[in-house]
Amino acid sequence: MNRTFAIIERELRKFFRSPALMLVSMVFPLIQLIVLGNAFGGKIRDAKLGVVDQDHGTQSLKVREAFESVRANMRTFLPVYYQSEREAVKDVRDGKLQGAVIIPPEYSRRVYEENHPRIALVVDNSDNFMSSALEQSFTELTKSLNEPEVQPRIIQQNVLDIVELYPYIEYMKYLLPGSITLAMFVSVMIGGGMLYIDDKARGVHEGYLVTPITKTELVLGLNGAGAIKAVAAGIVITVIGSLLAGVGSIFDPRTALWLLLLIILTSVSFNAMMFLMMVRVEDPLVPRATFGILNTLLFFPSGSIYPIEAFPWWLRGVARADPFTYAVHGFKALLLKEAGFVAIWQDLVILTLFAVVMMAIAIPLFKRSL
Amino acid sequence: MADLKHNGSNGVAKSIEVDHIVKKYGDFTAVDDISFSVDDGETFGLLGPNGAGKSTLIRMMTTLLPITSGVARIAGHDVRREPDAARRAIGVIPQALTSDLDLTVEENLNIYAKLYDVPPRERKKNVDELLELVDLSKWRGAQTKTLSGGMRRRLEIARGLVHSPRIFFLDEPTTGLDPVSRVAVWEMLGNIKSHRQLTILITTHYMDEADRLCDRIAIVDHGKLVALDTPKALKASVPGSNVIEAQFSAAPPDWEQQLHALSEVTSVQAEGGNTFRVLTGNGSRTTTELVELAVKSGVEVRSLTVQNTTLDDVFVHYTGRQLRDEAVKAYSFVMPPRPGLRP
Repeated sequence: MNRTFAIIERELRKFFRSPALMLVSMVFPLIQLIVLGNAFGGKIRDAKLGVVDQDHGTQSLKVREAFESVRANMRTFLPVYYQSEREAVKDVRDGKLQGAVIIPPEYSRRVYEENHPRIALVVDNSDNFMSSALEQSFTELTKSLNEPEVQPRIIQQNVLDIVELYPYIEYMKYLLPGSITLAMFVSVMIGGGMLYIDDKARGVHEGYLVTPITKTELVLGLNGAGAIKAVAAGIVITVIGSLLAGVGSIFDPRTALWLLLLIILTSVSFNAMMFLMMVRVEDPLVPRATFGILNTLLFFPSGSIYPIEAFPWWLRGVARADPFTYAVHGFKALLLKEAGFVAIWQDLVILTLFAVVMMAIAIPLFKRSL
Repeated sequence: MADLKHNGSNGVAKSIEVDHIVKKYGDFTAVDDISFSVDDGETFGLLGPNGAGKSTLIRMMTTLLPITSGVARIAGHDVRREPDAARRAIGVIPQALTSDLDLTVEENLNIYAKLYDVPPRERKKNVDELLELVDLSKWRGAQTKTLSGGMRRRLEIARGLVHSPRIFFLDEPTTGLDPVSRVAVWEMLGNIKSHRQLTILITTHYMDEADRLCDRIAIVDHGKLVALDTPKALKASVPGSNVIEAQFSAAPPDWEQQLHALSEVTSVQAEGGNTFRVLTGNGSRTTTELVELAVKSGVEVRSLTVQNTTLDDVFVHYTGRQLRDEAVKAYSFVMPPRPGLRP
């Protein structure tokens, strides 16, 4: 085992003397967490909404007061008043407005007559996210306008009460498990992929092969070093990412222990996967060229940024075979739900089995000669 | 010394024995039925143009490549049957500089000593002694990337000896070094040999290096062994003991034939630019006749040198080409140097 430790020592000394490598493997996932967490997590504010009041009655005034109330409180949109419906719709088309509301003539009279009063909302549905937010906001606003002045004593309609098990989870928190997993993958990609092939091309492995080191010792050394680097990246991003996203569960000793176990098994399984991919590769361009593809193929289907339940069947199949999926699931359970071993044991078992299968295929393929 | 019990016919223990060794890649035969042996304590040179099979031969002897047929015994151990025992007996310096740039000189040596399972106390003693021998003691704590090319080559040589091997393989150890660094490496190898009982097998492109360092030289071409002897005997084996190199102002079309007709000339080689290389058994006589021929033919002699036969001539004689013509080498992928590194 001394020779295995010599390989690990060499790899770690080299890695920790290259701050650029450490920085790259940790900074990229952190930047992603901060940028995507803030970019996707926010609510729509100050969207410009054209308002064309063709009624000028008491009921249209009530609607305009509701808009002003939204401007003063939620700030989902800012009403901009127009005289002409045509001009407002043109500005929506031109992108100057995100939507327009038309209050038609006779609106107030129809309200009093209870004769199907209608308000039109013109939305730019080329931007699904914006149009959905405006539609949701107007659905709520219309619902409040329809509320009777006096509530009936017995409510006849069905009411859905939603019970949220956890406090509101901002998008940055939702993204954190994926970012931790990605940090370990980037570390493995650099340490176990690029550096491994660069060393091969430089003739470093030739230097190992003329020593009496056995195939098992060499494989263990190379994989052990790769996994240790990934564990270090995982721990650093878990701590920094949790502090940035405001996740406090890392301070619970039991959760921290399960997190460490999950980080270790994720690192080992990722490294085993990378070792299998690179075991017969000679060209240093290959790991660089496959980095983007692997990142897309493994990270996005894992449920890190979008629920797996929304995927088509074939993408669900990819997610099922993807070790990222089980790592992300485990981190979500521990960090966001503060669950324990019961919630993650299946993830741990699958990650372990994945690592065993990858190594079982890779070891026979690894050559103890040139 | 149990490793060196295989004595040859001359009664000297053999460190390396290669017997009808063959390496094939599909239909291509890279090494074709080569046999030779290296005596204990000998410095043995392997010469040949690029693609001749030298590196393949060394890689088979150092267990890096499987042998197609034949036997290679290193310190008495068949490399196919006892590869680990063979590995323990050898130190190998590959052609590329492979020491870790981010590690210090001492760390590089220690890592390799650990790979050979050298006990900690012996490791320290070996590292101290080797750093002294290669004149890197002052640099033991320096990161390898701060060293010059010559110093890095010396570090590699120390690294190959850190487990006290009996046999040392060096694959083109001075390629890419400036003349001063080359001489320093030669002196250092001589110094090491005087301190340690070591058999050396060296491949090189430099004839002067082979001439100076090697007790015997093998010339390999197209995967076959074409000559094997001491440098002196190899030079004597070439017809013509002198070489005349002459440049003329303008040579007639049949000038090569006219030069060949001079007394005791064994071969004439046109080298371009009206320069001719003439091998002769009698340098002074041929030179006189050559000058007389030039005057008679109205050809001006611009320069003329006479020298004894060199290993270059031996190489040309046996392979039909000059080593310096082989400078363009089809390297496999080579990592570009890191920015800011000293060449």
